[in-house]
Amino acid sequence: MTASPSALLDDDRARGVFRVARRAFTDPVILARERAAIFDQCWLYLGHESEIEKPGDYLTRKVAGRDIIFTRGKDGAVRAFFNTCPHRGALVCREAAGNGAMFRCFYHSWAFDLEGKLVNRPGDEAYGEGTRKGGMHDLVRVPRLEQYRGLYFVHYQAAGDDLKTYLGGALEYIDLVLDQSETAMEIVGGTQAYGFDANWKLLCENSFDGYHGLPTHVSYFDYVKSKPGSLVEVAIKGRAFDLGNGHAVVQYTAPWGRPVAQTVPAWGEEAAREVAAIKARLVARFGAERAERMATTNRNLLIFPNFVINDIMAVTFRTFYPQAPDKQEVNAWALAPREESPAMRELRLFNFLEFLGPGGFATPDDCEALALCQRGYGSLAGAGWNDISKGYLSDEPQVDDEAQMRAFWREWHRRVSEQPA
Amino acid sequence: MSASVTRGELEDFLFLEAALLDNWQLDEWLALFVEGARYFIPPAGADDDADPATSLFYVADDYHRLCERVKRLKKRTAHAEFPRSRCRRMVSNVRLLGGADERFKVTSNFVTWRSKLGVTNTFFGHHLYEMTRIDGQLRILSKKTFLDQDDIREQGKVSIIP
Repeated sequence: MTASPSALLDDDRARGVFRVARRAFTDPVILARERAAIFDQCWLYLGHESEIEKPGDYLTRKVAGRDIIFTRGKDGAVRAFFNTCPHRGALVCREAAGNGAMFRCFYHSWAFDLEGKLVNRPGDEAYGEGTRKGGMHDLVRVPRLEQYRGLYFVHYQAAGDDLKTYLGGALEYIDLVLDQSETAMEIVGGTQAYGFDANWKLLCENSFDGYHGLPTHVSYFDYVKSKPGSLVEVAIKGRAFDLGNGHAVVQYTAPWGRPVAQTVPAWGEEAAREVAAIKARLVARFGAERAERMATTNRNLLIFPNFVINDIMAVTFRTFYPQAPDKQEVNAWALAPREESPAMRELRLFNFLEFLGPGGFATPDDCEALALCQRGYGSLAGAGWNDISKGYLSDEPQVDDEAQMRAFWREWHRRVSEQPA
Repeated sequence: MSASVTRGELEDFLFLEAALLDNWQLDEWLALFVEGARYFIPPAGADDDADPATSLFYVADDYHRLCERVKRLKKRTAHAEFPRSRCRRMVSNVRLLGGADERFKVTSNFVTWRSKLGVTNTFFGHHLYEMTRIDGQLRILSKKTFLDQDDIREQGKVSIIP
């Protein structure tokens, strides 16, 4: 049976109904369509400039199932190669990260410089002229690599919209996060590499699902309330926005402390002074209104299809890729202003770990919820529907409505429904 | 460098600790720590000198958060551990790394199996303890649990005390 994309979405504004067929989470045919129509056709986040700061720095990372080398050459230029030897295909670089002058495939000892050029191999004289032309034996670059303010993305097609055009309406929200630093934001302390036994789109939804926050994370809120002064008297209140191209965001006030820039009493007077100074600098740089928005509103942003920027009690980046309809690999990072003081950095990372990550007080419960959803689809995969209707008839969808998810699903549906070229 | 503690005494202590965790006797487990103790799980594959100020740990608890971690794990709203997973911890290769009676370092290797809803995961690695002796009893000043795995993609989360 071929999956017919037309039966995947039930979008009926007149009835206020928006539903997604559960087959979208279980059918291998759908996953194959997603690989071809989404992951091979969209800009995908690769990494941050601070991860390969010095000439010769490199890291290896999987992006949509492809092994990539992300490196800064001696000339300072950033490049991305497929991590596969042009000779027989073995991974050329096996380290997670490092600094060096060349990559050497150990199988037959072909060596490549940081620009991907074959520079040495045993028995080179036995190769004919025809093999030396057109870079036949060089590392293959990803078709496109572009960056926006230090965020590098890859695209597996040579032609199409440039990165800025693709990001479109999301740029405003990316700027609100990156402008928190006066110098540059940086990735702090490496990658959290974990996984969920659940379809990747469940994490798209979960990453900006304001509706689940209180029921799923009640034990997190119990914990923060256990320490006097850990919260301020601010309600979780805000809006959901469709940013176009499948990108969407929720923006809302919340009671927790934010290093940039909402202090809480438990942080103490010195931190309060520091946060006030940070906020004053924001006002000086951007004016009162934008400073207030940056300092006291939170943002959960999804860049279609799978790049999440959550600017909450800390800032996290997250990507996730399907291995199978019911399995995904997650990469998560912490982001911070480079010039941040050690004291504020400590508060930030303390904040991060109490909510986020595989050992936090919240993420493990999300992991559990998503796995249980996936398991539930086994019962009704043929006929069942997921409901995404909350707030459909509202002109001003709220943070705990589901307009942001509908924006994602419409773009997802448009892309998987297109006839393959 | 001398500490008047034997491997036998350390093993008794660490095997008791593992049994308390296996049995979900979390309050009794917490009582093995001194007030003000710290508890850490560095990122998978981290070196022994990993620092939570510069590296993104999974867990970096001060004493308050450690107590709250225990409190949370006992609730049915700690969804990832309700119903509770069944776990079994194997502890071996116990070594005294040095120090004196007031403060000494101990390491052990571990394998922990966790089973829930038909899925079984394995955590393996080593622990590093700083211990002291109070009224004759061994007590933990800090515990670092190093997961000697490349990543935790298979396990997905560290919702137990491994």
